[in-house]
Amino acid sequence: MMKGLKKWRLFSLLAVLTVFLAGCGQEELSTLLPAGQVGRDQFNLLLLSSGIMLLVIIVVVAIYLIALVRFRRSKLGEDHIPEQVEGSHKLELVWTIIPILLILLLAVPTVYYTYKLGDVSAMGAVDDDGNAENLVVDVTAKLYWWEFEYPDLGIVTAQELVVPMDEKVYFNLIAADVKHSFWIPAVGGKLDTNVENVNKFYLVFEKDSKNLKDGVFYGKCAELCGPSHALMDFKVKTMPRPEFDNWVAAMQASDENQVVANPAGEEVFQQSCIGCHATSGVGETGAVGPNLATFGDRNRVAGFMEHTKEDLIDWIKYPQTHKPGNKMPGFADQLSDSELDALAEYLMGLSVEK
Amino acid sequence: MSSVAQKKGFGATLWDWLTTVDHKKIGILYFLGGGFFFVLGGIEAMMIRYQLYKPNNDFVSAGLFNDLITMHGTTMIFLAAMPILFGFMNAIVPLQIGARDVAFPFINSLGFWMFFFGGLFLNISWLYGEVPDAGWTSYASLSLASEGHGIDFYAIGLQIAGGGTLMAGINFLVTIINMRAPGMTYMRMPLFTWTTFVASAMILFAFPPLTIGLFFLTFDRMFGGNFFNHEMGGNTIIWEHIFWIFGHPEVYILILPAFGIFSEIFSIFSRKRLFGYPSMVFATVLIGFLGFMVWAHHMFTVGLGPTANAIFAVATMAIAVPTGVKIFNWLLTMWGGSIKVTTPMLYALGFIPSFVMGGVTGVMQGAAPLDYQLHDSYFIVAHFHYVIVGGVVLAILAATHLYWPKMFGTMLNETLGKVTFWFFFIGFHMTFLIQHWLGFWGMPRRVWTYMDGQGWNFANLISSIGALLMAIGVIVLVYNAIMTSIKNVKVANDPWGDGRTLEWAIESPPIYYNFAATPLVRGLDTVWIEKMEGNETGLTPAEPIKDIHMPNGSIIPFLMTLGLFIAGFGAMFRTEAAWGLPVLIFGLLWTFVSMAVRSLQDDTGYYIKKDEILRDLKRKGGQN
Repeated sequence: MMKGLKKWRLFSLLAVLTVFLAGCGQEELSTLLPAGQVGRDQFNLLLLSSGIMLLVIIVVVAIYLIALVRFRRSKLGEDHIPEQVEGSHKLELVWTIIPILLILLLAVPTVYYTYKLGDVSAMGAVDDDGNAENLVVDVTAKLYWWEFEYPDLGIVTAQELVVPMDEKVYFNLIAADVKHSFWIPAVGGKLDTNVENVNKFYLVFEKDSKNLKDGVFYGKCAELCGPSHALMDFKVKTMPRPEFDNWVAAMQASDENQVVANPAGEEVFQQSCIGCHATSGVGETGAVGPNLATFGDRNRVAGFMEHTKEDLIDWIKYPQTHKPGNKMPGFADQLSDSELDALAEYLMGLSVEK
Repeated sequence: MSSVAQKKGFGATLWDWLTTVDHKKIGILYFLGGGFFFVLGGIEAMMIRYQLYKPNNDFVSAGLFNDLITMHGTTMIFLAAMPILFGFMNAIVPLQIGARDVAFPFINSLGFWMFFFGGLFLNISWLYGEVPDAGWTSYASLSLASEGHGIDFYAIGLQIAGGGTLMAGINFLVTIINMRAPGMTYMRMPLFTWTTFVASAMILFAFPPLTIGLFFLTFDRMFGGNFFNHEMGGNTIIWEHIFWIFGHPEVYILILPAFGIFSEIFSIFSRKRLFGYPSMVFATVLIGFLGFMVWAHHMFTVGLGPTANAIFAVATMAIAVPTGVKIFNWLLTMWGGSIKVTTPMLYALGFIPSFVMGGVTGVMQGAAPLDYQLHDSYFIVAHFHYVIVGGVVLAILAATHLYWPKMFGTMLNETLGKVTFWFFFIGFHMTFLIQHWLGFWGMPRRVWTYMDGQGWNFANLISSIGALLMAIGVIVLVYNAIMTSIKNVKVANDPWGDGRTLEWAIESPPIYYNFAATPLVRGLDTVWIEKMEGNETGLTPAEPIKDIHMPNGSIIPFLMTLGLFIAGFGAMFRTEAAWGLPVLIFGLLWTFVSMAVRSLQDDTGYYIKKDEILRDLKRKGGQN
């Protein structure tokens, strides 16, 4: 009994502690732990606005509490008839002007940052040799996955965005079917992927994702897009520029240097999967299904399931159960267990990082 | 009805309610209809919170969850909050301005039935099994892609209900402009009347865009209209603009009457004239005006560009100024007053901190670059629930207690009322405060489930427990209402004892012609002025007692709406069932014939004879 009670105490203490420590959320997806300039600008604006707003709340609550304590009928007596004050121009002027000043205090940095974060003028800049100066990634959001094309590098990947650190990375965003919204909470605010026009913005990644819990930042779809909106996650890998250059080179070579972990699996893939999925990182956007060149390097199956062979096989068999409304048909009836096993092994072997 | 209480059979009672054009009865109908949908929307909310109380829950499926959030939002805004507010407006505003009814009693009835049948149409989707699932905003690319008839139920149901709302808005505008008693100048109108007036003007300008947007959506889905189909030259962003040009003013259409209700409550239960009345009126009008200038702040992440975002950001922040003026005026109304904490006052006291929090988070989101992070996260969910629950719903619950005696002639139990308040208030803050942080921690809104290991579990659990507390509060309120109605202890004119406006100087509930003689209004808070000068009745008649002209009841509003309701089904199944087109034509014909009958019929109403009014007065002891 006592032991149980002690345990309970410890547990509740831990629970309180957890809540306290969790106040900032988790590094890989919290806006309160910004991992880049854009997120930090927005976080600063959050601090400024919260500060001003907290001040407002404190003033209001103070007047409110004093009034509530001082002017109770139970204190003043049932028959007390208060003076019927009409108002006070002086007071009303005060509480019109002070809020205007507070709003101005917030409006100036707001306008400044709106223009700063909306500045994509350097996007198409080229150096003397005609090479793009900045990395541009074309993002296409599809029912329920993300395609990332690097148009200047001739490579394409899916579900896991790979970016270099400490430089502006520019994004072209569009949706292929219905509207989605591209959001990496820890790195910066979101921008919608509309169906009819390309949206442009930039992000800066300043933290190496290697040190994170799963080795990746979390990306989310932030616009309701159908049944599996909640499962439309993607991941972001950040790395120093040299590492990124190596990754790009490996991607560009992935056409020739393909790892075949299981030849039988490759055969299954050639028969059943190749119609929608590519295994070479060389190419352009517009595939029916996610590019799988880096599948073995990834952190999740289908963006949200454990990256294990079992989950992968389960996904291939029943994609509609796991992610209702996505475009991939189930293969439970088409492929035998041994075929699935071989296929999974083959897919897990697809890698450009190893 | 008249002087003698008549025992009527069920059929006769039903007929009476179906045909009534009396603003007080229509007020009760709105209140009950809205209350029904409020409970329905509440059940949907509880299912949402039960699904999310732990990660990877499978209580509902992904598709059903989207049905639930869509119907929860749509129901609460269009079918619960607005109709209940209309209920109070109907029941109280004509009394406050010393009128015998609204300007167009027939249209008033039509407006109610259109709301009710529209809401019914929308909710029949649950029985049919294909439910709206694109969110209450129904953004075009998703709503066009949505399979089945769900979105058709949404578009047609809201079209019918929206028509009713527009009529109600016009009706109140005309009523308040034309039907004020002698001496009731604009600057003597009670704040609830003022806010109703401004909200009605906003309805007049905000609902036509919705009507057009819904027609576009309907045409796109049913006739291949391509207004929003970008592959055929349409544009989905247009829908977002149209929707928010309606949708943002809609928020103020809801909150302004709530402000009005709280203004009445602060004044009554502080026993003090509203502080800074002219600036309150001015702030109301200004909020109404600015409400139309800020719609694009719902679209900061759409990619409108920095200039548009900056302009709308600053415009949004500007709304904080008149709203702040209101808050301080309420505080100063309490200051120096004699505060009695009754149940309505308790709600008003709970409203101040809750709404201030909702307001300041709104300003935070007005800062466009910050909104890039907060938009469509749980932060926005927390924000708009702080505004709508912490503002509108608290006002509705406060007004339920405040005006219950005026509407039903009995008094809700004060103790149970306070129990309701505390459950609801604590539950409300538990549910939504933590959601601000869920948003900071990266949780997007409208997710039907979430993976373990993202740090969201505990906060979601707290939020769900809070929702349960709110539900308990509402259940206590329903119990309170039922018990009060069973006990049926009648109360006098002014059961709160400190009524200041005309409605508190007449019977609870008022007789069907409201005022035996139209009152003379001698200032703001006219009843208070009269009482302070020793006139116990609180009323000074502006005219001798004479015959009163009254409108006849009519079943035609009900029939007209029934035709639209039937036509809605015809339109929906036109392409897939042979009976679709005939039913569509039949329904519309039915409506047109009803309209023709109404137009050709010479219904000039009737007169209540002076003798009868005098008899009523005598029975009441010579008072109004």
